[in-house]
Amino acid sequence: MHSAETELSNMKARAIEEALGRLGEPITEAQARSLSALQDCECKDGMFALAPSRRGLLAGTGMVAAVGMTAMLPRRADAKAPPGAVEYPVPADPTKEQGRMMGVDGGYGSRSQFETEVRWANPRKTAAFSPLQNSYGTITPSGLHYERHHAGIPNIDPAKHSLIIHGMVDRPIKYSLADLKRFPTVSRTYFMECSGTTGSEIMRASEPTVQRTHGLVSTSEWTGVPLSTLLKQTGLKPEAAWVLAEGADAAVMTRSVPIDKCLSDALIVFAQNGEAMRPEQGYPMRLFLPGWEGNISIKWLRRLEVSDKPYYTREETSKYSDIITTSGKARIFTFTMEAKSAITFPSGEMKLPGPGFYEITGLAWSGRGKIARVEISTDSGKSWSLASLQVPVLAVSQTRFRFPWIWDGKPAVIQSRATDETGYSQPTHAQLIAERGPLESGSLFYHMNAIQSWGIAADGSVKNVHPPG
Amino acid sequence: MCTRRVDRTRAVLLAAVLAALGLAAPDLALAQGYPGTFDFGATATQQEIAAVAIAVAPDGKGLPAGKGTYAAGKTVYEQACAACHGADLKGVAGIPNMPTGPALRLSGGRGTLNTPNPVMTVESYWPHATTLFDYVRRAMPFQAPGSLTADEIYAVVAYILGEGNVIDRSIVLDAQTLPRVRMPNRDGFIPDPRPEFFK
Repeated sequence: MHSAETELSNMKARAIEEALGRLGEPITEAQARSLSALQDCECKDGMFALAPSRRGLLAGTGMVAAVGMTAMLPRRADAKAPPGAVEYPVPADPTKEQGRMMGVDGGYGSRSQFETEVRWANPRKTAAFSPLQNSYGTITPSGLHYERHHAGIPNIDPAKHSLIIHGMVDRPIKYSLADLKRFPTVSRTYFMECSGTTGSEIMRASEPTVQRTHGLVSTSEWTGVPLSTLLKQTGLKPEAAWVLAEGADAAVMTRSVPIDKCLSDALIVFAQNGEAMRPEQGYPMRLFLPGWEGNISIKWLRRLEVSDKPYYTREETSKYSDIITTSGKARIFTFTMEAKSAITFPSGEMKLPGPGFYEITGLAWSGRGKIARVEISTDSGKSWSLASLQVPVLAVSQTRFRFPWIWDGKPAVIQSRATDETGYSQPTHAQLIAERGPLESGSLFYHMNAIQSWGIAADGSVKNVHPPG
Repeated sequence: MCTRRVDRTRAVLLAAVLAALGLAAPDLALAQGYPGTFDFGATATQQEIAAVAIAVAPDGKGLPAGKGTYAAGKTVYEQACAACHGADLKGVAGIPNMPTGPALRLSGGRGTLNTPNPVMTVESYWPHATTLFDYVRRAMPFQAPGSLTADEIYAVVAYILGEGNVIDRSIVLDAQTLPRVRMPNRDGFIPDPRPEFFK
């Protein structure tokens, strides 16, 4: 059986090599023309200036495209496809030759080599932000889901991983991934957001793009076992009030979770968007606490200890607590991610090609339930109009909103304001600062959900701005 | 057995009613329902639990045997911590792929929490000394997490707290004395009052 597997993987490798072997061939003039057209399209390079464009990628490999010289464009053997893609030859006329065979991809597909959206990792490499500016619908592709980890991504063999539930239980139990998968499961579409997202923007417009201001939020369909099911197996002592969750990464990340949350909608998740959860998200299993700050949904989960008190771990005291600078006191155990939204198009560093029709679109979400409405202002907040919401609107999930807009070519400030089903509306920066005090270091301002503003200049360029007034 | 037969009869009746109404009949298998308990997983042994249960609570629960002093901690600190946290415990700025200098700072900052530039360190901000032991044991030093002995951790905790003038530099820290250390910001935390009221 082992040798059959080896043979299969060798076959796959040969098929891939064969496909890749054609990379060195020169492209035809028609191919070059279509590439060049893509590069010079203003709607591509102008409105989506942030994305590493095809031109940028070609320049990066030492090739310069110039109209009229397209036939000289060579294909280099080391031409690199964008991350997540495989470089295949582009035929002059795809209707005149057979396309590539099934199985050339080894049985796992990749995105088009012409698509370049990637996560952006901050300079300290502690977080990678999802490219919201070119997101569609409500689901984040697993490969673009934001990342935040404190000691890198551990590479865990699921056969050697287990989850131990112990402490104030009747019977401590150890579960393997296989054990976990035998339980009745549920699938839920939930957003996940880092509570540090957007903190950089509290005092002033700081980051240039919606990816960098808001990109530590994503939505996936998660599949797993309700934690309540597992706690029913272990039983709980009457004094059980908190559960310490611990990860198997080098930070051995720990957070204390109130037992009520564990017995309501908490999940032990092993799958994301229809396949095994990605290593960045906690493979082979993670805790998932819907609507709560991302950090507490411990990834690479190895241990749950039921106790009567919280442990006051480093991550729930020195970090992820909210300093109120007017009093010097800090809020502790601030779990809920409140209603928030951002316009993703048009957004920072894009450029509108000229006056005319644009569909403003973006995402809204709330950890307290469903989004009830999203209002749009195109006049710096003087007037607001309802956006349409993509249905179904799911609780604790991102909701796509859309709003038709005719831009008259004059400078404008566009904003979105989300209200959830509890009646809570997004505050302004001024309201948040009045409530919690000014804080110069944005990385310390957790739970920053103020209304985001994008300024559009007369030349169509879009910038992150703080609202006037 | 008897209950199950009644349930099944009920399900058949329900299916008949639904069929009469032109609705899809539920799968009879579903009528068996889910069991309340499952025998998946194995009882975790004390050894298995002890191998991973490293958390330390503010009351000292989970602290191991061992002890350490400021003087011994100075050596541990200089060897294992100073490269990032600085010889002066003020954090080293500009280390590639590492948190910023202020985030690596361990001491100072008292009296700054009610300003727009709070300096949040072990000394000025952390409410419990046990958390320092817990965190060092599980995640430090960065390049070799979990590599210090219990004595070394007690010692380096004594050094950091001594440098921050939180404890007397002659104190021997162990499972009895560490939980009794009172941190300057012990009462600096309040429950989450949200949702905030905005008009």
